[in-house]
Amino acid sequence: MNQLQQLGSSGINFCGNLGLSGLFLFRTIFSRVKWRQAWPLFSSQLYKVGVLSLVIILLSGLFIGMVVALQGFNTLRKFAAEQELGQLIALSVVRELGPVVAALLFAGRAGSALTAELGLMRATQQLGGMEMMAVDPMWRVVAPRFWAGLIAMPILAILFNVVAIIGGHFVGVDWLGVDDGAFWSNMQDAVGFHEDILNGIIKSLVFGFVITWVSVYQGFYSEPNAAGISKATTRTVVFSSLLVLALDFVLTSLMMGGW
Amino acid sequence: MIVSANESIVQIRQLRFSLSGRPIFKGIDLDIPKNKIVAIMGPSGTGKTTLLNLIGGRIKPDSGTILVHNQNVAKLSTKALYKLRRRIGVLFQEGALFTDLNVFENVAFPLREHTHLPEDMIQNLVRMQLNAVGLRGALNLKIEQLSGGMARRVALARATVLGPELMLYDEPFTGQDPISRGVLVKLIRELNDALGLTSVLVSHDVPETAQIADYIYIIAGGVIIGEGTPSELLKTEIPQIKQFTHGLPDGPVAFHYPAADYREDLNL
Repeated sequence: MNQLQQLGSSGINFCGNLGLSGLFLFRTIFSRVKWRQAWPLFSSQLYKVGVLSLVIILLSGLFIGMVVALQGFNTLRKFAAEQELGQLIALSVVRELGPVVAALLFAGRAGSALTAELGLMRATQQLGGMEMMAVDPMWRVVAPRFWAGLIAMPILAILFNVVAIIGGHFVGVDWLGVDDGAFWSNMQDAVGFHEDILNGIIKSLVFGFVITWVSVYQGFYSEPNAAGISKATTRTVVFSSLLVLALDFVLTSLMMGGW
Repeated sequence: MIVSANESIVQIRQLRFSLSGRPIFKGIDLDIPKNKIVAIMGPSGTGKTTLLNLIGGRIKPDSGTILVHNQNVAKLSTKALYKLRRRIGVLFQEGALFTDLNVFENVAFPLREHTHLPEDMIQNLVRMQLNAVGLRGALNLKIEQLSGGMARRVALARATVLGPELMLYDEPFTGQDPISRGVLVKLIRELNDALGLTSVLVSHDVPETAQIADYIYIIAGGVIIGEGTPSELLKTEIPQIKQFTHGLPDGPVAFHYPAADYREDLNL
């Protein structure tokens, strides 16, 4: 009976959290904005979640592009098709690796930082203080972080793609001797704007939306103590990563179905 | 101290509130008269901070009424509650200063949020507020550069910058050195008298509170166990109040947490 009760309790908690997170998202998106202050708040958050994530995103992009080139070259060489390397790198990066890996890194770097920051603000009564000063923390604290995360993610994914292709070019052309002209022309022939680039951007926009939603929600409702913040940060990384991978499958199937 | 409605800024009647099934308040009545400093005292964990949260409308009571400026805070819409809160200043236990803003910006925060004052006036008002708490020289410091006492004084400057009619102080003396405690005692009294405020002071620091409070309520076990002026309460012979005001280790509130027989526990 106890196990059954626990199962029921977990189910109720899950539904409760789902409802609360939905309401939280609604309040975030439709919070009353004071335009005079909105831009400085948004831009400072864009710097924190976007610019400060650049180093890890660009370095990872570079290495992933290089390793894809190396692996791809060795496989393609078996079929004497190494001139197709540019196409292989561009398609795998633009369609999948760019949006997904950039999103996973974004969840680890910016998502966890957002959760920890909001959790600490809750623990040090900054959010409560704001409410008591008749300032809605949803618009003053949560909304700028949410919109900044949403905007930063696709930009970071695009930069990831660019750097990965440069890394692939470095290994494929400069190191392994693939023809430079073939590398770029095969890539140009194979990559379509709508079905590859645009779909990749749509994916990263969806991932940015989900990661930032999870991050700010977990931080805002974290228990106001060290253990609570730690749990919330862990949950952010775990939930965001799983949601990114699951949504990637869903979006890819929708896109391949002719979307 | 039951006073007529037009004399009191806060009126609480038959307040009942429980948290996770545990009753915190079992029907309390209290009044906070205009221009007075009223202290709410009691041992740790009796719900003193919860009472401030109830007065500020952050949580709702199970039953009973809390009138602030003759408005029932539990029934107010969010908009009306926020409007009411502009007339209330709160000094939080930890100060609740925004760590991403410096001292100046923390004090300027309510002005920037709720007024359209020109920048030069904000500059002057913030300097005047900080001067009143003796920290004009700390204008450009970051929050992490402040000591605990300085942080509490900056928070006080911020809480009073919009000229509130009611001030709520949550454990202002906790964790402060004797000098900081003395400074805070002086500031709370002076600000109350100079600005014509009404103050609710939640604390368990008896000497400091007794110095500045006009009237004290002592809460324990969810009810008010005593009330009166500081001198009346310090002289009382009621065991529960005497134990609290004189800091006696044993009395009606037992030293030992309820436990099994000591001998049995040690297998003797």
